[in-house]
Amino acid sequence: MSEPIKRKPTKLVPVPSTNKIPERDINKAPILECRHLGIDFGGLTAVNDFDMAIGRTEIAGLIGPNGAGKTTVFNLLTKVYQPTRGTILLDGVDTHPMNSVQVSRHGIARTFQNIRLFGNLSVEDNVKVGLHNQVRYGMVQGILRLPGYWKKEKLAHESAMELLSIFGMQDLADHQAGSLPYGAQRRLEIVRALATNPSLLLLDEPAAGMNPSETAELMENIVKIRDTFHIAVLLIEHDMSLVMGICEGICVLNFGEIIAKGTPDEIKNDPQVIEAYLGKKREV
Amino acid sequence: MVFFSYLISGISLGSVYAIIALGYTMVYGIAKMLNFAHGDVIMVGGYISFCAISYLSLPPAVAVLLAMVVCTVLGVLIEGLAYRPLRQAGSLAVLITAIGVSYFLQNAAQLIWGVTPKIYTSVVSFRLPNSLTRLGLSSEALVTVLSCVVIMVALTTFVNKTKMGKAMRACSEDKGAAQLMGINVNATISMTFAIGSALAAIAGVLLCSAYTTLLPTTGSMPGIKAFTAAVFGGIGSIPGAFVGGLLLGIIESMAKAYISTDLANAIVFAVLIVVLLVKPTGLLGKYVPEKV
Repeated sequence: MSEPIKRKPTKLVPVPSTNKIPERDINKAPILECRHLGIDFGGLTAVNDFDMAIGRTEIAGLIGPNGAGKTTVFNLLTKVYQPTRGTILLDGVDTHPMNSVQVSRHGIARTFQNIRLFGNLSVEDNVKVGLHNQVRYGMVQGILRLPGYWKKEKLAHESAMELLSIFGMQDLADHQAGSLPYGAQRRLEIVRALATNPSLLLLDEPAAGMNPSETAELMENIVKIRDTFHIAVLLIEHDMSLVMGICEGICVLNFGEIIAKGTPDEIKNDPQVIEAYLGKKREV
Repeated sequence: MVFFSYLISGISLGSVYAIIALGYTMVYGIAKMLNFAHGDVIMVGGYISFCAISYLSLPPAVAVLLAMVVCTVLGVLIEGLAYRPLRQAGSLAVLITAIGVSYFLQNAAQLIWGVTPKIYTSVVSFRLPNSLTRLGLSSEALVTVLSCVVIMVALTTFVNKTKMGKAMRACSEDKGAAQLMGINVNATISMTFAIGSALAAIAGVLLCSAYTTLLPTTGSMPGIKAFTAAVFGGIGSIPGAFVGGLLLGIIESMAKAYISTDLANAIVFAVLIVVLLVKPTGLLGKYVPEKV
């Protein structure tokens, strides 16, 4: 690794602040910037020329028909795949030499389209896995239960509980994650991702399988998370009420290419987007 | 009385199997591979402690520590050099490599220490009062069973209560997701090998103390038996390795005592087959339904 990955030491859990989010500062460097990002699988170009910038406290949406390459973009950002072309600047740092772990430590956290919780671990332990890099004590301390261990474990426990309380899930802490109902599992995935102390949270179809009232609650929670932790959120979602309701910027992908970018209102009226979703108007 | 002494020797043998089986089961649980070289790490542990005691005249406790350190380094080296490059390869490639490593270790030991059996002096120096030895309880057996219990408790605590343990459990369930949560999967797997190999060293010392001869092939049969024990108890499960190891040791000892010494191994494996026919995941193994 040519470049040492350094990140400011962080508190276990960011202190929730009641301050209003400052107006989006356009001059401030974006948290994430993709330039001409692309990946080929053999002869197939899955994503091509993907350009996107996300502000530090922006909620952005990535939409597009099935198979457009949205999840592939997430996989590129989290280095599940190494991009074939282009650069990703995370907080101004090129992520090219980083792997998934380093990208995570550098501030990107994600959830998955198909829930990938640690089903056999308790809810609390799932969150603590997310806290892994924030809690520091040695193995000897852990086995011998030295005072340092208890202090750190107590801190980790408190942090986990505090994070779970965002979704009111404290009471489920001892349940096995795999036994939770579907909606709760989706929420737990978000909590686990938040536990890694990200500056950019990627949500892959957070509302999939939720009913309208759950979706409405999720929308509130996403905004609340952004306002509390002052982080950016990029979400993939098919539920247009959610996307149009909370996203400040939207990017539309089709066949791996961006066909439109803009505010929800601009996207709604974009002829190319309408065509991609509904098909071409037949000439009469 | 005779039955009791057979039971004790079975439990003591089973404890050694259990300690070895822990290494198999942890590596399988986390790296999803069968490390067939594990048995030979036991042998290396035996030789290292033998050399430390006989040639360097170190005290037994220091010899055991030295064996643990050497085996830990060896385990991490084996993982890093032989298995890590094959992480993306099919499981058969890793399996064959493991068998290769096993033969490599055996032959290397033959080159270094020769083929003549070494007479191992027990590391356990205290003697039990006669009233106990008359029951068939030897000091080695006592130390073996105690170490096994201590190791089980320490390991269970480690895996369930520490963050490294949580990282291990997370890796065993979903490496990809663990990685994206910032867990270094390679380091976690190395750690697993380190722990497994340190345990193998302890098992090597205990085994050699009980049986007193040391050969380059000393580790292979106990290795296979312990693997059987791990499967018996449910591979991937730590309590399973403990239960499987103990049961296997007791069955073997009883079969030797009451049926036939020659048939003992056959009986052990026959029991395994029956258990797997009835409960394919082993005694404490979990059935994981394949999602479609």
